[in-house]
Amino acid sequence: MTLDELRVGQEARIVDITLSGAIGQRLLDMGFVEGTCVKIVRNAPLIDPIDLLVRGYHVSIRHAEAKGVEVEPL
Amino acid sequence: MIRIALVGQPNSGKSTIFNHLVGYKAKTSNLPGTTVEYLKSEALIGGKRAEVVDLPGIYSLTSLDQAEAQARNFLLDGQIDAVLNVVDASLLSRSLELTIQLTEMQIPIVVCLNMEDEAKRKGITINTEKLAERLGVPVFSAVASRGVGVKEAVERAMEVAHAKPRVPFSTYSDDVEKVVGELVKELSCGLAQQIGLAPRLLAIKLLDGDPYFAEQARKNSFELHQRTEQLKDSLGKIRGSSAEDILSAERHNLAMELFEEVATVGRPTVGLRDKLDTLLMHRVLGYVFFAAIMYAFFIVVFRVGSMIETPVMNLFDRSIDMLAQVIPNNGFTFFAVKGIIQGMAGAIGIVFPYLVPFLAGLAVLEDVGYLPRAGYLMDVFMHKIGLHGKSVIPFILGYGCSVPAVMATRILDSKRARFITAALSTMVPCVARTTIIFGLVGYFLGAHWAFLLYVINILVIAIIGKVLTRLFPQVTPGLILEIPSYKVPSIRVVLAKVWLRVREFIILAWPLLIGGSLVLSLFEYARWDYYLNLAFRPVTWSLGLPLALGVTLIFGIFRKELSLIMLFQALGTTQVATVLSAGQMMTFTLFVMFYIPCVATVAVLARELGHGKTALVIGATTTIALVVALLARGIAAMIA
Repeated sequence: MTLDELRVGQEARIVDITLSGAIGQRLLDMGFVEGTCVKIVRNAPLIDPIDLLVRGYHVSIRHAEAKGVEVEPL
Repeated sequence: MIRIALVGQPNSGKSTIFNHLVGYKAKTSNLPGTTVEYLKSEALIGGKRAEVVDLPGIYSLTSLDQAEAQARNFLLDGQIDAVLNVVDASLLSRSLELTIQLTEMQIPIVVCLNMEDEAKRKGITINTEKLAERLGVPVFSAVASRGVGVKEAVERAMEVAHAKPRVPFSTYSDDVEKVVGELVKELSCGLAQQIGLAPRLLAIKLLDGDPYFAEQARKNSFELHQRTEQLKDSLGKIRGSSAEDILSAERHNLAMELFEEVATVGRPTVGLRDKLDTLLMHRVLGYVFFAAIMYAFFIVVFRVGSMIETPVMNLFDRSIDMLAQVIPNNGFTFFAVKGIIQGMAGAIGIVFPYLVPFLAGLAVLEDVGYLPRAGYLMDVFMHKIGLHGKSVIPFILGYGCSVPAVMATRILDSKRARFITAALSTMVPCVARTTIIFGLVGYFLGAHWAFLLYVINILVIAIIGKVLTRLFPQVTPGLILEIPSYKVPSIRVVLAKVWLRVREFIILAWPLLIGGSLVLSLFEYARWDYYLNLAFRPVTWSLGLPLALGVTLIFGIFRKELSLIMLFQALGTTQVATVLSAGQMMTFTLFVMFYIPCVATVAVLARELGHGKTALVIGATTTIALVVALLARGIAAMIA
């Protein structure tokens, strides 16, 4: 499952970052690594961006990027 | 002189600390050979003079981001005596990865755990002594917004800058250390010495696949390059992953271990933040609040602005009257002095009263933390024209003045986004153009017609944005936008920001505004109106406007609001409605809204984008102005 498929309020654990390049690197730098928990704060299908809670801070990414983050729902 | 660099992740409060140290003396500089900006200033720390450098916020030292690579090179080229690593204590686990990377650089370092109060609210308690012991570097906790703890941390940074203690590095897992050790052996007497870098740091950078150092290694010797690749492969084989990923995971694990050892996470106090965000970032209500905040913001700015403008302008008007009594009002001297006074009046009396409250208001919104939320809301629209939500900030600034708007495009990452945003933001009606819209259309035709012009403006900008994205196709840049917590704005920081931007405006725009007015006044003296009108004849003729309006358009290139003042003069009456039809007024105002940006804007465009792109913007905006105004003429003719 990928991050963009989660519903609001759902929590998940990151399994893998499949995004490459600068954007993937940036996500890694911001703490999107295997095992990290993310919570979906705001998300609407087709409406960007998604608001996430990761490691105690909020970050917004688009569905396109969220697709590159493999997760397993908790 | 000792040089101390403030390094930290975005929103960690570096600027607050910087402001505390240096006040209003900061200068902006560019990192060598780039447009990446940093601030520097001299400061008195513990009675000694030092230079404090505020580098742009960076998440890590590994990223491929231009700003981060430049900041890294700046730190590495040996000009920095000590690093003050500013850490948002409420985000300790994430921030420690950068701290670990910084210690690898072997520059004397002091860690400043900022925003301790915010950490407490999140239920995080940090054992500072333990963190200092584990990292082997001094650690101080601070609340920079209230000035708590800053002095101690900076004074300590000054001490380590002198004493230059060895900075202990963190050790990775055995298998990684073994590979690092192998590579260090290869480097010790060769490349590391040559470029003056600690062999261990260079080894890690090479394993990290850092493009800059990889290139250095390749140039140095092909064998070294091969050996590096070999070691990367062997490391990758052991763990079944790439060397880059392994190192990044290692650093992450180190940071997590460290975090769990030194911090305890309790129950967070339920904050105002979540409640506010459910409103301000709501799918529907969010936009309502956005509109309301912007509306209130502009109302306040224009109230304050007009309060200041009237008396200041009166002063200048009176001095011109007085001038006419002192020297004959038809001589060269009179026109020269008059031009200069008018230029000063424009620079001080018209632009300033609006620009200063505008920048102050924006700095408050920025400091409170609203701007990233505006970026979040606007991303949907910006995405459609291939831009980031972040591009909304230059657009908002554009309603004040195009000069700071273009400067603000520096916050954008890609050159393409910078160009598109800068080009589009010059078309946003600034204060001067607002004067024309309200002074002409609003006054003679009514406020709803003026409002219509703003709607047309936004539509045109959206269409042009769409066209530009087609012309410069590229995968839309991904958005990773951190939404920080709300903060009480600090007056100090707000004032310092306003001053920094105003000073840039003064240096760049004032000479042009005053010089431009002088030139125009001399045109008037030489009675060149006729020739100027003739030069603009193709435009006035095709738009169905009186020939006499040509000169107003030339004046508008120097300062937009002059178009209105000159309009009265050119038509010989302030009762414009008796001379121009409603359609002509709309056509004229639309043309003025879009055509060539004013000289000050052109100057800043040239500086930020280069001459070629600036010429492109001038050509394109003039064409757009012609097309839009022609359409308006056609529609007006159809209605009439």
